[in-house]
Amino acid sequence: MSSDADAAGDAAAGPNRETKAERIRELLATEGDAVAENTRGFNAGRYESTGRLDDYEALKERAREIKEDAIERLPDLIDEVRETVEANGGTVYLADDAADANRYIREVAAEREAGRAIKSKSMTSEEIEVNAALEGDGVEVVETDLGEWVLQLADEEPSHIVAPAIHKSREGISELFAERFDLDDPPETAEALTMFARERLGDLIEDADLGMTGANFIAADSGTMLLVTSEGNARKTVTATDTHVAVAGVEKLVPTVEEFAPFVELIGRSGTGQDVTSYISTLTPPVASPVPDFEADDEPLADGSGDDREFHLVLIDNGRLAMRDDETLKETLYCIRCSACSNACGNFQSVGGHAFGGETYSGGIATGWEAGIEGLDTAAEFNDLCTGCSRCVPACPVGIDIPWINTAVRDRINRGEADPSQLDWAFEELVPDEEPGGLDLSTRLVGNYATLAEWGHRTAPVANRLANFGPARALAERVVGIDSRRELPEFARVSLVEWFDDRGGSAVDPDEADREAVVYPDTATNYVDVDRGKATVRALEALGVHVRVPDLPGSGRPPLSQGMVATAESAAEDVYAGLAPHLDAGRDVVVIEPSDLATFRREYERFLPADSHERLADASYDAMEYVFGLLEAGGDPAALRAPAEGTGPVASGARLAYHPHCQARTVEVGEYATATFERLGYDVRVSDTECCGMAGSFGYKSDYYELSMDVGEPLREQFGDTERTVVAPGTSCTEQLDALLESTPMHPIEVIAPRE
Amino acid sequence: MATADTSTFRGRLDDFGVTVSEGPPAACASLIDDAAGDPAVGVPLGESGPDALEGSAASLPERVATDPTTADLRAAHTGVTAASLGIASYGSVAVEADARGTEPVSLFVDRHVVVLREADLVPDVPDAFAWLGPRARDESTDVVFATGPSATADMGGLVHGAHGPKEVHVVLLRDGDGDSDAPGPADGDGDAPGSTDGTGVDG
Repeated sequence: MSSDADAAGDAAAGPNRETKAERIRELLATEGDAVAENTRGFNAGRYESTGRLDDYEALKERAREIKEDAIERLPDLIDEVRETVEANGGTVYLADDAADANRYIREVAAEREAGRAIKSKSMTSEEIEVNAALEGDGVEVVETDLGEWVLQLADEEPSHIVAPAIHKSREGISELFAERFDLDDPPETAEALTMFARERLGDLIEDADLGMTGANFIAADSGTMLLVTSEGNARKTVTATDTHVAVAGVEKLVPTVEEFAPFVELIGRSGTGQDVTSYISTLTPPVASPVPDFEADDEPLADGSGDDREFHLVLIDNGRLAMRDDETLKETLYCIRCSACSNACGNFQSVGGHAFGGETYSGGIATGWEAGIEGLDTAAEFNDLCTGCSRCVPACPVGIDIPWINTAVRDRINRGEADPSQLDWAFEELVPDEEPGGLDLSTRLVGNYATLAEWGHRTAPVANRLANFGPARALAERVVGIDSRRELPEFARVSLVEWFDDRGGSAVDPDEADREAVVYPDTATNYVDVDRGKATVRALEALGVHVRVPDLPGSGRPPLSQGMVATAESAAEDVYAGLAPHLDAGRDVVVIEPSDLATFRREYERFLPADSHERLADASYDAMEYVFGLLEAGGDPAALRAPAEGTGPVASGARLAYHPHCQARTVEVGEYATATFERLGYDVRVSDTECCGMAGSFGYKSDYYELSMDVGEPLREQFGDTERTVVAPGTSCTEQLDALLESTPMHPIEVIAPRE
Repeated sequence: MATADTSTFRGRLDDFGVTVSEGPPAACASLIDDAAGDPAVGVPLGESGPDALEGSAASLPERVATDPTTADLRAAHTGVTAASLGIASYGSVAVEADARGTEPVSLFVDRHVVVLREADLVPDVPDAFAWLGPRARDESTDVVFATGPSATADMGGLVHGAHGPKEVHVVLLRDGDGDSDAPGPADGDGDAPGSTDGTGVDG
């Protein structure tokens, strides 16, 4: 073993690799089941609840517009809300950071001689850690949200931004109560546990002096704050105490009360799948209600005590105004903390926020929050867990491109942590990227997959033998973190482009063709799974298309997944340069690998001039989308393979089990395969799993192998015993399904293409 | 208000497990009497809810204590208040806080009986916030839009009555006194879909 490899190995493995993997394994075992059941339930509820809206997309667009406008005008809105709240008789304090906010709140508590503060759930108060600050002054702090109270008793952190205790089972809560309250016969049912908590907390609420809440939204025009709750504890927190402190990030401001409306319709549906939660409180504090005096309780309730209420709005900056000036992080400020991105995320469903989260926030959007509030180091601890599957994108009610924030922050982490002493000269030929020297080797190898694959194809017999050769795999695991339990792709000796040239180009004469199309030879199809490329050519030609398969560079998806933005941008420019003459000639671009199509349509918007991006996005099609379009335009379905002819080498019959690719779903092309299959007479069962768990290179990494397999578990449950032919268009999904089901799936185009 | 809205509203209340009774204002006291448990506290109609209720034929039954002490509130099974507005598409009622204690009376009890005039139903959420906007700006009003009973799923299953009322009953007052020609449908048959279970989105 050379000393170079040792040096690279140490740099790649780092001191934290084993710890992180162990932590994930532990959480999978201890909290994974409870988190999975709850988040998948919320996610299914979101589809149902938003599906009942006639104008879901319009509402999302409106919500986005309001947030864009509000953040744009934020300094003015802060000034305005100060005026309106003060006119109402309250005070506004703009805190620079957590310490500043806590100092102010401690002063309020001291002035009111508060012995006990009660709180409703507020992530912003978790962010500033106000409980510890108050407790340091001898103020007892009681969380009144049942989930938060459980965590306070257990001394644990929230695992979810909306349902903080989803990692706790009913049995676990019962045991906790037994232990904390010394109960021989603790409550066990959900009903009994809830009533136990209601009574205990009811007593604590009666004697409280200070009430703290968060705020979901604040209208600058009136000083009205909106609270989205279900239990009624926020209402009690405000009503039962004469001093109300509301803690809210500055980004919670919207211009007017009327602009609350779309958020009220979206937040519950997006988060937990509830059309609306039990209570939407719209308070313009100090509130008008009398303060019930539970000590002198023979006095009339309506005693005029509402006039003595105090209200303090503590607006928190803590990095937010700087985020507003940061083109990448700014979008995070549109977040309404609904938790849709957590619930829609395969990795989050498996491990929850204790692994996929930072100091305060969790799930996909947490990378933006933690990078902006705590810094890159905190974001770096969990940012890997966003695989870029993009299933959170359509789920987000304000249309935040959460995967992009993760990619861009990963890019900053890559650059910030680059160690210039790393010796990677030996790999320069294989990693011709645009990144700084010293970047983590496993990141660079994955990011340069296109070059690696081409090299593998050129040296196929040797490369393939080497790749799955024991000592080489051990080295790969140790040096670049590729899990040895994964099958590595086998490179083809003859690439798709070479095969196409060898056969003499298209079998359909351009003069007789209805259309002309370029089949994009993506890296996986061109060098590894050439058969699906050949099938695409046959299917298109059967429908009268003159096909070309030019030699084109990789799309940039692998480097993008590693946060290597400059490399991906360079790839985008090269791909566009290669395709431009074909676009000029009016040719369509047919894409076999869904992640590449998604890259053309989504991420290239950031890399190419707007006109170029639009041109390419409009001209490119998913292979099955294209076939569907050809049939719709009068193409003859009889030219394709009918179910009676069998579904190919692995099985026969007309019954299919189809897993659409995550990113294909996001760019809304996943359903074309289903429609085409059904048109040809196939019986299709479609998976309802958001992402298979492989997510490009993610599942190959030894840190994440168990997690990746766990994310795929619902697919095994749904398709494990099926007699159906399993179909999946994504290359990495194919590897994952192979591992999960022990049968190699086909690309949809291979099912319907005429036989060779 | 259109019959379609009332029908949608009733359907939604049913989704959330909220019972409803309906009648002219003159029947209000007896409808409340049927719905309220014992002991009951309340805020006089008109002082709670819209001004239009004051001086109307609608009133509270005598057994509802209208100037309760805090001890009465703590001991009460039922709290009776009016709502200022209803949102048909969500089955929500807008309960306004006031110095008479509408908010605590609707909150620190096991059952909330809420009186709503059919005339105060609006079709959808934007209508409700168009109503709220000027009131918030000009009168600093505090309103809770309540939909169904208090709920939690934090203890391993959906339970009603986490902190607030376990049950809600709506007394819906039809437009105009004694207008027997326009009875509401017995059951909501609107296009409202089923509700979902789940935990709250506590901000």
